[in-house]
Amino acid sequence: MRQPKVIVVGGGLAGLMATIRVAEHGVPVDLFSIVPVKRSHSVCAQGGINAAKNTKGEGDSTAKHFDDSIFGGDFLANQRPVQRMCEAAPGIIDLLDRMGVMFNRTAEGLLDYRRFGGTLYHRTAFAGATTGQQMLYALDEQVRRFEAEGKVRKYEGWTFLSGVLDETGVCRGICCMDLKSMEVRTFPADAAIFCTGGIGAIFGRSTNSVVCTGSAQSALFQQGVDYANGEFIQVHPTAIPGEDKLRLMSESARGEGGRVWVPKKPGDTRPTKQIPDSERFYFLEEWYPKYGNLVPRDIATRAIHKIVFEMKMGPAGEPAVYLDLTHIQREVLDRKLEGILETYEKFVGMDPREEPMKVFPGVHYTMGGTWIDNDNAATNVPGIYAAGECEYQYHGANRLGANSLVSCIWGGMVAGPAAVKYARGLEKGFENVSSQVYERERMRQQESNDRLLAQQGTENPLSIWKEMGAWMTEHVTVVRHNKNLEKADAKLQELLERYERINVSDRTKWSNQTLNFVRELYNMLILARVITLGALARNESRGAHYKPDYPERDDQNWLKTTRAHWEHGQIRLRYEPVDTSLIPPRARRYDVAK
Amino acid sequence: MTEKKTVIVRIKRQAGPEAKPRWEEFELQWRPYMNVVICLRDIAERPILRNGNPTTPVSYDVNCLEEVCGSCAMVINGKARMACSALVDQLEQPIRLEPMAKFPVVRDLVVDRSVMFENLKRVKAWVPIDGTYALGEGPRMSQEQQSKAYPLSRCITCGACLEVCPQVNENSQFIGAAIVSQVRLFNLHPTGAMHARERLEEVMGPGGVADCANAQNCVKICPKGIPLTESLADVNRQAIQHALTGWLIG
Repeated sequence: MRQPKVIVVGGGLAGLMATIRVAEHGVPVDLFSIVPVKRSHSVCAQGGINAAKNTKGEGDSTAKHFDDSIFGGDFLANQRPVQRMCEAAPGIIDLLDRMGVMFNRTAEGLLDYRRFGGTLYHRTAFAGATTGQQMLYALDEQVRRFEAEGKVRKYEGWTFLSGVLDETGVCRGICCMDLKSMEVRTFPADAAIFCTGGIGAIFGRSTNSVVCTGSAQSALFQQGVDYANGEFIQVHPTAIPGEDKLRLMSESARGEGGRVWVPKKPGDTRPTKQIPDSERFYFLEEWYPKYGNLVPRDIATRAIHKIVFEMKMGPAGEPAVYLDLTHIQREVLDRKLEGILETYEKFVGMDPREEPMKVFPGVHYTMGGTWIDNDNAATNVPGIYAAGECEYQYHGANRLGANSLVSCIWGGMVAGPAAVKYARGLEKGFENVSSQVYERERMRQQESNDRLLAQQGTENPLSIWKEMGAWMTEHVTVVRHNKNLEKADAKLQELLERYERINVSDRTKWSNQTLNFVRELYNMLILARVITLGALARNESRGAHYKPDYPERDDQNWLKTTRAHWEHGQIRLRYEPVDTSLIPPRARRYDVAK
Repeated sequence: MTEKKTVIVRIKRQAGPEAKPRWEEFELQWRPYMNVVICLRDIAERPILRNGNPTTPVSYDVNCLEEVCGSCAMVINGKARMACSALVDQLEQPIRLEPMAKFPVVRDLVVDRSVMFENLKRVKAWVPIDGTYALGEGPRMSQEQQSKAYPLSRCITCGACLEVCPQVNENSQFIGAAIVSQVRLFNLHPTGAMHARERLEEVMGPGGVADCANAQNCVKICPKGIPLTESLADVNRQAIQHALTGWLIG
């Protein structure tokens, strides 16, 4: 029997889990990552991971987790994959615990669970407020062990440029660039699993890491891999504004009792401690009595927008609200939230144990992503699989907090074995593919580099990026109007045109970060258009997608998945039905128990 | 209006591993909450020296921008630290940026820290599980044990502790405090402890924990406040005990 080979692109939680699963099946893995995998964006996940373990005597169950997730996602997610994920979640916690993730414990030595948004149960396991970091390290360690055993080969410091597709449109490997030598090289394999994460950089500033550009998803899209529900972008309600980044203030701050408020009197300039409780407007608690500060993120974000922009109630007129932890015991804060308190202290210079934090919504997560099927995490191009934030499957129109970590792990658990099965079933393996197939793709990418480096233009890549980010943030996030979306798309087309005159200010052939950024920028612009056009077409409001001109969810016309397709250099939107076979859609309300 | 405030940044640049380093000076427009990464981005957007001559954007490692990924460690005003959390207003000017000296330079401020990941492999810094299939819950752990281990598991492998360690130099193979601290972490875990011997044997040889000369610079520089000297002492104690009992058992 021939030995197949699988490639994994991206070394965050999903990529590492997929790698482990493939290696466990006895198939060698080449793992590619822009950064050393231990520095992947998963480290930024803070609050925790959901699993209905029901350890607090509340009667929680995986069925309830499933219902919360579908309801929270406003019924746009295909239900069977979400059900399977929720059923797998408790086992995932056990596995992580066995791997040594330092989850917080109860007095009995069991894992502790806290509350998170969009649920009334204590369902979120956590390791301080650095859960993603702890989980990533645990998987990184397991992969390092496989690496030491020769089962995994890492290519860290390589970036993905394109898939290698043969004459019949089947993926036979990938084309990558070494970020040190700038060498463009192809890597043959039977299947490639993409776990390339989020797309925050398209919005300029976000809670995402620098590598979260969506460049890989976009490159695949331009090779015929469909992209689904791009218009669903999660804007997290509580981030610290910053020029380089919007630093996340985890939902766990509210899960542990943090309260969001503004002074009742607009323009009140008194220090917060001098504003008595009766003169504070706890607007989430008032508007959503049942869920209070723990409404889902889309709801909290829109409420903050309303407070700041419609009601003009931001403290001292600033675009911000208070996130208050000062009433909680120091010891509890340090034990359960230390990581985020440290972040606030370091970057703002104030102690959130003493002073309420000032926060504002920031782009955080993409529910949409590379289209995959319901069972095997397979894209529409044979041999290409996807898992983690880069795919669209598990979160519908809005992701619940602490569901991302579980979907990353579960996605990797599904994609890994599916890719192995596909690779083993191939009649003709990569070793029988003509070398010309690889050489053609390599030449195409090399020529693209050569052209950019030779080009004498006037446009600065960072300036184009900043303009894209500003337009996307203003018109394609919390509140969307069709005429603004049209303008935004026109702007993106103008930027694409200006891109043709871009000046790569660094023409050297060693560790040229500018060239790499310029290549990513083009892909970001294309994906920005996919997001914008999807939003423009969808005339309803659902989850994170909100149009004041169409304020209601419209199941009659829009209970369907957007599926963007690249056709002769154009973006075409098609639609397909959503699997609602298990939970019939019902109205989504958070002011009362559902 | 007062005149526009500026920020002067001097950067030690190096075109490649073998190239000769040179210093370049930039003058940037000051803005509130500016950090060193923002300075480097400003330079990328307008790669012009203070004297008006053009140059190339500066290469540097960066990712999370919130001091949790470990990418952007460099030497800032003589001190190894993360660029993202180095706020301009708290730094003396001109701000001097240099690559860390204990690792090979790739280009400009980018260094190759792969030796740290190799050493994590060497000391078997993992919990050796039987597989990812359903094997039930993990071992029970007390709150006390968790609160001892958790800080150790926050190490971001930035390399600052190696940078400041006098024992990490061209004539020594010392693996450094970060790696030794990971040995302690995995020896604390109930399953990891079953394999403590393998890890201890790795840190008992050349470059191991005995190479620590107790300068204690590591614990002062660590951006995550990890009790590194405690880890060094603890692993040293474990190693000595293992050497004795190993010898007694014969």
